[in-house]
Amino acid sequence: MLGSLRDLLPIVLVILFFQYFVLQQALPNVAQLILGLVFVVLGLTFFIHGLEQGLFPIGESMAHAFARKGSAFWLLSFAFCLGFGTTVAEPALIAVAKEAANVAATGQMIEASAAAKTQYATGLRFTVAFSVGLAIVIGVLRILKGWPIHWLIIGGYVLVVIMTFFAPQEIIGIAYDSGGVTTSTITVPLVTALGVGLASSIQGRNPMIDGFGLIAFASLTPIIFVMAYGMVI
Amino acid sequence: MNILTELLNTLLSTVIDVIPIAVIIFGFQFFVIRRKPANLTAVLIGFVWVLIGLSFFLLGLEWCLFPLGRVMAEQLTDPSFIQAAQVGQTQIAALNWRDYYWVYLFAFSIGFSTTIAEPSLMAVAIKANEVSGGAIGVWGLRIAVAIGVAVGISLGCYRIVVGDPIHWYIIGGYIIVVLQTMVAPKLIVPLAYDSGGVTTSTVTVPLVAALGLGLAENVPGRNPLIDGFGLIAFASLLPIISVMAYAQLSELIGNDAARSQQKNMHK
Repeated sequence: MLGSLRDLLPIVLVILFFQYFVLQQALPNVAQLILGLVFVVLGLTFFIHGLEQGLFPIGESMAHAFARKGSAFWLLSFAFCLGFGTTVAEPALIAVAKEAANVAATGQMIEASAAAKTQYATGLRFTVAFSVGLAIVIGVLRILKGWPIHWLIIGGYVLVVIMTFFAPQEIIGIAYDSGGVTTSTITVPLVTALGVGLASSIQGRNPMIDGFGLIAFASLTPIIFVMAYGMVI
Repeated sequence: MNILTELLNTLLSTVIDVIPIAVIIFGFQFFVIRRKPANLTAVLIGFVWVLIGLSFFLLGLEWCLFPLGRVMAEQLTDPSFIQAAQVGQTQIAALNWRDYYWVYLFAFSIGFSTTIAEPSLMAVAIKANEVSGGAIGVWGLRIAVAIGVAVGISLGCYRIVVGDPIHWYIIGGYIIVVLQTMVAPKLIVPLAYDSGGVTTSTVTVPLVAALGLGLAENVPGRNPLIDGFGLIAFASLLPIISVMAYAQLSELIGNDAARSQQKNMHK
């Protein structure tokens, strides 16, 4: 509780400073603001509590169970489903896909009709979700095989740079942004626990070196796939 | 009463967001692993806490931080505010990028403070602290990431104001990341790569998107559809650099301390 309050203090200070000293305005609706703040503090406290009780243990126990089962097929299909399933319904992604459709319509890549835009946005959403699923699969495969992460990531960067020169100008900003928005608040703890759990139950893997990195893949592949989508359509 | 319905609505939409994840997890748990997970009740209760926590959190943000943050982003990027801040100039000259200093300061401080409050970053920091046996401090990591996001968003705002193409900045960032990867302590590299993706979620994205759109609408010659994007990309690239820098710095300090300790021992 006290910890959550301390986490929020910077935001409150920033808002107050800009409101009173820079814009020189009074705060509107103070009662609702304070209630909202109380809710945020409560929410953070509950979330962290649930994280340590629910999300972390289930992620790790599943990782251990898969490692014991020894079936790479099921582990990888779980990884894909987790990536795909958590991304396809992600509200931030839905918003970004809609914006991208608008951009595409303005850039005359597609017709400016509502139907064409919806089709474009849906296609984009599934493309990104597929790319995140693929990313988690690659990440898990990396943990199993013990490949060093930086070659894969640098390879991804090189691909991004090359594609930047061929993709339509309008899509580039959105593509770069889409890497950041795909990883939601519930996916991150689960995926982190999965990676760390796997790395600690496979012999010869270091949880620090091999356990992290899944999220890095999940934020790199959408950039590549969104640009590819822009190039194909 | 009103509060209660709003809370229930938020709870409902959070539950809907979580259903696919829950289906996948429990589907695999029961059909593939076919074993009841240890202390299932505790896990389920944990899930309920996460749901309630997220709902409160989102509703609270919707009530206090988002409206204020959005209005501020609009007001700070408004040309009339920026011209009023040009003190000591007899005539209103064409705005150049220096006149947007309040915007950069706002971008920096909002980037820093929202990252400190980002729940997914807390999750990763807790895990990293646990895995590294306490060598990576929860606060050290969070502050390093927050500084990265703050610098990233300010840089992104500067780019929107001057109108440079985004890819040179991003490619430059990639080159720095690659160079740092070669020299940074091996243990930190995967965590640093991860921290790029976790920084931008529930709290940061809505506020930062509003700032980018406001800037692109108000700076002459910018197209909000094209130039309004890209802030998030900066906010996910710079933390990679800052986390590796943090590790390099702590290694440097650690080495110095070890060396001076050795010296003292020899004496």
